[in-house]
Amino acid sequence: MADRDQFTDLAMEYMPSLYSAALRMTRNPADAEDLVQESYLKAYRGFHSFQEGTNLKAWLYRILTNTYINRYRAQQRRPDETSMDQEEDFFLYRHLGELDASRAGRSAEDELLDLFSSSEIVEAVESLSETFRIPVLLADVEGFSYKEIAEILDIPIGTVMSRLHRGRKALQRLLYDFAVERRLVDPKLEASIQGEQGQEVVTRV
Amino acid sequence: MSDLEKEGASACDDQCLEALRELYSFLDGELTEERRGAIRGHLDECGGCVEAFDFEVELRQVVSRCCRETEVPQDLRLRIAQAIESLGESDSQASDAI
Repeated sequence: MADRDQFTDLAMEYMPSLYSAALRMTRNPADAEDLVQESYLKAYRGFHSFQEGTNLKAWLYRILTNTYINRYRAQQRRPDETSMDQEEDFFLYRHLGELDASRAGRSAEDELLDLFSSSEIVEAVESLSETFRIPVLLADVEGFSYKEIAEILDIPIGTVMSRLHRGRKALQRLLYDFAVERRLVDPKLEASIQGEQGQEVVTRV
Repeated sequence: MSDLEKEGASACDDQCLEALRELYSFLDGELTEERRGAIRGHLDECGGCVEAFDFEVELRQVVSRCCRETEVPQDLRLRIAQAIESLGESDSQASDAI
């Protein structure tokens, strides 16, 4: 019984983070709720194996990701790695970061929020394949270290780093494609200006 | 810096490339003190790299904020609390029986 009180005291505060992560993993609220509930019950049953003084949040995330993988991942598809490796680094900054002239004194954050709605940003994250989506969520949303992510996902640190690198590149490319779709950026114009002037310029329509 | 390569090839070349190569490790807090210090030193001198670093920081903040749900459905909280409670009860009944 003391165990239950302790579990409730310690673990319940992480529910908002776990629920957010579950939503981004399953991509729908009903499944996210089931996933969080199942994870909490597993965590409660296994609480005696949790070592006090170690990282409870990481332990809960490990249960959440394992539960997700076991329950919702029908087939483990190999990620489409070839297409992603062709993307350049810092894609968005290279292609959108040059709005200097029009942005005088505005932060990159304001620019980004002008370019993308929050639902588009969520959509871009959710359309990453889960191999890359989960590490990116754990690092960029939850702020886990490489070592913690390696433990949560049971993969080597080197794999964490390469998945993060590719996942972030792919995310930037997806966001850029949204901007093109919404005609906020015209790649043809961008290309022609680059051709003429030998440098990158982005023009907003 | 209006162009990463152009800047890289002129003003601070190798240092810029090195800083950009380590940008994510830096932002992830995964560099040694020594490397952190070296990059900070470079950022103090290179406005172009500061701009690139800032862009990545702010992009990450925007993504993080958009992906975070502040509200957990109330009935989910309740369901979990009840499920744990009933598990606790059946556990204590089981141990009483033994």
